[in-house]
Amino acid sequence: MNANLFVVIAVSAIYYGTPVLFAGLGEVLTERSGVLNLGVEGMMLLGAVSASWCSARVGGPGWLVLALSVLLGMAAGALGALIHAFAVITLRVNQTVSGLALTILAGAAGFSSYLANVWELKNPVRHQFGKLDVLGLKDAPVLGPLLFNQTLLTYLSWVLVAACSWYLFRTRAGLHLRAVGESPQTADAMGINVVRTRYVHTLIGGAFAGIGGVCFSLSIVPTWQDGMTAGRGWIAIALVIFGFWRPDLTMVGAYLFGAFASLSLTLQARGVKVAPQLLDSLPYVMTIVVLVMVSGGWAKRRLGAPAALGIPYEREER
Amino acid sequence: MIRLERRADLPRWLNWAIPIGSILAALVAGSVLILASGNSPFSTYSRIIDRAFVSSGAFSATLIAATPLLFTGLAASAAFKMGVFNIGGQGQYVMGSISASAVGLAWGESLGKGVIPLMIMAAIVAGAAWAGIAGALRAYLSTNEIITSLMLNYIAANLGSWLIFNSRSYWRLLTGSGLMFPQGKRLPETSDWPLLGLGSVSVPFGFLVGMVFAAGTYVLYRHTRFGFEVEIIGDSPAAASYAGMRTRRKVLAVMAISGALAGVGGASDVGDFRHILDPKGLGQSGYGYTGIVIAALARLNPIAVIVVAVFMGGLDNAGRALQGPGFPAGLVGTLQGLVLFFALGGEILARYRIRRAHHRIAGPVASALAPGTDSPGGGRP
Repeated sequence: MNANLFVVIAVSAIYYGTPVLFAGLGEVLTERSGVLNLGVEGMMLLGAVSASWCSARVGGPGWLVLALSVLLGMAAGALGALIHAFAVITLRVNQTVSGLALTILAGAAGFSSYLANVWELKNPVRHQFGKLDVLGLKDAPVLGPLLFNQTLLTYLSWVLVAACSWYLFRTRAGLHLRAVGESPQTADAMGINVVRTRYVHTLIGGAFAGIGGVCFSLSIVPTWQDGMTAGRGWIAIALVIFGFWRPDLTMVGAYLFGAFASLSLTLQARGVKVAPQLLDSLPYVMTIVVLVMVSGGWAKRRLGAPAALGIPYEREER
Repeated sequence: MIRLERRADLPRWLNWAIPIGSILAALVAGSVLILASGNSPFSTYSRIIDRAFVSSGAFSATLIAATPLLFTGLAASAAFKMGVFNIGGQGQYVMGSISASAVGLAWGESLGKGVIPLMIMAAIVAGAAWAGIAGALRAYLSTNEIITSLMLNYIAANLGSWLIFNSRSYWRLLTGSGLMFPQGKRLPETSDWPLLGLGSVSVPFGFLVGMVFAAGTYVLYRHTRFGFEVEIIGDSPAAASYAGMRTRRKVLAVMAISGALAGVGGASDVGDFRHILDPKGLGQSGYGYTGIVIAALARLNPIAVIVVAVFMGGLDNAGRALQGPGFPAGLVGTLQGLVLFFALGGEILARYRIRRAHHRIAGPVASALAPGTDSPGGGRP
């Protein structure tokens, strides 16, 4: 019974944690380049609405439509990120305000809702990501539901966590990326193109946030609702801090969040009588608590943010 | 510190040119979207203007829509001025509306209009306290206030909907239709905030209160020692701490002021037009977020916030009135987002022209909206 409850919670932690994991991973890459993008929520919604359109309108075999949906969601997220990148890297607008502007522009009452309205996305999407049965092992005890019965998106997120860790800490490009985030002047002197590095990783971050949105519109809530991501983009930003700008710890944080987020459903299904609003508040309370814990001096000393995070780079000033 | 005075270097006409230019640019960009969706931009815009400002009763409705935005806009500008990013206006607004409706329900009958100042006071306390959580965490534990104030929005929204939908709370109507459809109790009509007739336009009492608060904020930031220190901390936290200013207290105070302003918006929400605690309506409104757009467009000037709030209120009002076929939901929000981006871009372009002439704007406006400012007391995300 106890093992069973553990499995139920772990499975839904993964399910609900996956979208924030994608978005968080993207934000890790973006922030590692020294760009803070608070527009994650808006980019997720852009990804969600594009994928929703693709799945509802594009004909063809299911797997192809789903693949196209993901690509389109990534492109939409990256397009949102491009606005931010242009504003903060080229025009050197304040990164906080620009990110907020992106979330307002694309967010629940903005462009994503406008698109959904123009595209008349009312019905459930035609194709969605279901849970797979890998190697026929989904009924294996404990590990079956955890490892062999996930959606394709979840497997993709695992691949991306490994890939990002390897990229950041084991490749030359990753070293350059971290150099740009720590000290753009030094990186520039080494011959690294600071502007290009920042653009590229802001766009990749947007594309990842787009996939996070796709998780919502094609898996978690397979019918479009305005603002369906319900603040998960902000959670993703908090996760980056929680995860000390590391992909692996971001994954831990995402699943921890997922566990809290699914708690109200899990407990209700088991007849525990607690007001859902109070349980729904838990992830947000937890995020605050975690932020407070990691903003202490010891945490900052051990694994701080990229030193140049949020600071625009102006070559001629040096 | 001498650089602070250089704010006068910004040509005066830019104060108007940037917001107006960015609104025009946003309308042009928006018309591309409207064209793409198969509608005519010209007729869409003329319908918006008609329903916002021209047709009969439109301006009165616009003022009602502008009242909450006036408060959230003031709230955002009060905080941003010091480089403290209070994104929690929405939650502070909700808390203000919860506490003001409690006061109204309790004493509205017995005190009549006399309950109005009490509602405002209650909302000030609730809004300031709610913002104070994020403020204190920022001031004393250097926790990033952007994320915490935002998380508090969701917590406040959940609290509001719990009070009405999942509890037998004081705010909930537990008789009649309230048993079928969960809803808030109507505040006693005797305590409704008055509408003041001004020719054919009726001005909500809350809008006047907002104007008073705007003037108060203006004086506080322009003509007091407190405002002076806030400007310096906003411009250069390091310089401020060398000068012996108490940055932490200032952060907390500015957050509380900002939260109080948003909270009074919540009181006016209950008193001026909703007259019940309506968590769903509050959640859909997004007043707190629009307030950020308004503050940026008003270039953090409290008096300008009044004008911009009326403009944005007009957009909101028209958006609600026109919603339906041929007028997609989300268009107004998209336009607001575009305006904000163009305003930010315009701000920078203006800054650059001046810099080439070997001047540097180092005023608080430039520092809150321009790149690379240090945030006081650390706490960078």
